[in-house]
Amino acid sequence: MAEIPDSGREEADLRPMGAAMTAAELEAWFVREVLPLETMLMRFLRRNWRDRSDIEDLRQEIYVRVCEAAEAEIPKSAKAFVFATARNLLTDLIRKENVVPIAAIADPDSVGPEADEPLQDRTLIAKDELRRLQDALDKLPPRHREAVVLGRIEGLTGREIAARMGIAEGTVSQHLKLGMHALTDLYLRDATDAGRRS
Amino acid sequence: MTSPHQPEIRQSATEIDLCAADWLQRRSFWKWSAEDQATFDAWLAESRAHRIAYWRQKSVWESAQRLKALRAPMTRPGGSIPPAKAKPFVLRVAAAAIVAAVVGTVGYRYLGSTSNNEKVYATPVGGRETIALSDGSRIELNTNTSLRVRTDKKTRMATLERGEAYFDIRHDAARPFIVDVAGHRITDLGTKFTVRDGADRLEVTLLQGKARLDSTDTSNPPNSAVLSPGEVAIATPQSVTVIRKPKKELDSQMGWRRGVLTFYHATLADAAREFNRYNQRKIVVVDNAVEAELIDGTFPVNDVDLFGRVAHSVLGARVENKGNDIVISR
Repeated sequence: MAEIPDSGREEADLRPMGAAMTAAELEAWFVREVLPLETMLMRFLRRNWRDRSDIEDLRQEIYVRVCEAAEAEIPKSAKAFVFATARNLLTDLIRKENVVPIAAIADPDSVGPEADEPLQDRTLIAKDELRRLQDALDKLPPRHREAVVLGRIEGLTGREIAARMGIAEGTVSQHLKLGMHALTDLYLRDATDAGRRS
Repeated sequence: MTSPHQPEIRQSATEIDLCAADWLQRRSFWKWSAEDQATFDAWLAESRAHRIAYWRQKSVWESAQRLKALRAPMTRPGGSIPPAKAKPFVLRVAAAAIVAAVVGTVGYRYLGSTSNNEKVYATPVGGRETIALSDGSRIELNTNTSLRVRTDKKTRMATLERGEAYFDIRHDAARPFIVDVAGHRITDLGTKFTVRDGADRLEVTLLQGKARLDSTDTSNPPNSAVLSPGEVAIATPQSVTVIRKPKKELDSQMGWRRGVLTFYHATLADAAREFNRYNQRKIVVVDNAVEAELIDGTFPVNDVDLFGRVAHSVLGARVENKGNDIVISR
C-alpha cells in the first residue's frame, strides 16, 4: 500500500491543452496534427515557388517556425496555422529577394478549397494508413526494401540482416538509412506528388 | 541551396533528413553505447530542425511496424482463413476463470515459468501487487488480474489475460515493450500507461510518453491509435475510440494504485460495480430509484461497510447485511 513515489511527475505531465508543452507533447502534436498535412503543404509550395530545389528547405523552415510557435501555445487549427506560416515565409522571401512568385500567394484559394475541411476521423485514417504504408514500401528500391522489411517487419538486428542479405554491415546501414528516408517521404506525400519531387 | 533567409543553417533539409534517418537506424539496429546516446542527444539539442527531422522519420518508422499486421494471415499455421466473426469476449473470460481458480485467494502469487522466459503473475479479488522487471520497468497489478510476461534479449512482451495493470516502462528503442490484450496490441514508446480489460471493452489510459494501440484480431479491419498523455483509448473488437479525460478524472481513475476509489458524481450503481471488483463481499443495489442517486467521495477499496454507511446517511438508503453481501435499497 506504499504511496507511489513518482505520481507528482505524472501530474506535471497532464496539463490541459493550450498550455505550454513538453518536448514529448510537442512531438506528439507535431506528428498527429502537422505531418498529415505534408502532401498538401508540398503541393502548395510547388505551386507557389519557382525553384523546385528550394522546396525541401522551405518545408523544413515552415516546420521549424510552426513548432517554435507551438512550444508557447498550441494553435487551435494546425492546418490554418501551417498554411499561414507557409504564406508568410514565401511573402518574406519574395520581398527580400525581389523574385516573382508563380502564383499570387496572398490568394486564399491557392491552398485549395479543402483547406478548412476537418481531418478525417482517426479510425478511417488508421485503415488508410496501412494501405499507404504498403504502397510506400512497394515503391522502395529492392535492396532498401529488403533491408527495411527484414529490420522492421521480421524484427532482425543489423547484424542478422547483414548475414541474411550476405552483405557488409556498413552496407546494411546505408540501405536502412536510405530506405527509411525514402519511406518517410513516400508515406507522408501522395504517390503522384512524391514522384514529381526534384 | 544557398539560403539567404536562414544563414544559420548550413546543411540542406535533405541532408538533415538523412542524418535523422541514420541516427534512427543506428539506434534501432546496432549496438548503442552511452557515448552514442550522448552524441545523439547533442545532435538533437543542436537545433529545432534536427529534432523535427528526427520526429518525422521516427513517426513513419513506428507506423511501419503496423505492416506486420498484414503478414499475420499469411503466417497462420496451415494457411487457414481467419474466422469471419471475432472471438466473443465471453470465451476469453471463460479461459481467464480457469486461471483465477488456480490462483487461489491468498495474496499475489508468482505462478512460475510456463516456458523458458515466460512468467505468470496474478492477483486475487482485492489484491494489488507490483512487479519489478530486470530492465527497471515496473508493473502494478490491480484486483483480480492475470499477466504473463516474457522477456529475452530481443523482445519484451506481456499478455494481460484479465483485469487491470499500470505499466511504467523503461524505454528501449531496440526492444519495445508490447502488451497484448483482448485482440489488441499496445506498443510502448517510453511510457506510463494503464490497461483495463473490462467485460465488454478494453481501456488504455496514457499518463506519460507515447504508446500505440493496434488491433491484432485479423478477422476485423485493422484499427490503430497513437496515444498522447491524458488520452484514453476505448477498444471493442470492432472499433477504437480516443477520448481525453480531465486530469481530475484521471487522478481518481488511478486511485487504486493508492488503494482508494474516488467517485465524482458517480451513480450508486456504478460505484457499487466498481467496489465489487475489489471485494468478495458484494454490494447489491436492488432499487431503480436509489441506484441512480449520485455519490461523491474517496473510499478505501476494501471498506464496503463505509460505503454502506455513506449510502445510508447521505442518500437515506436502507442498508442491510444479507449473508455475505450488503443490500442497498430505498
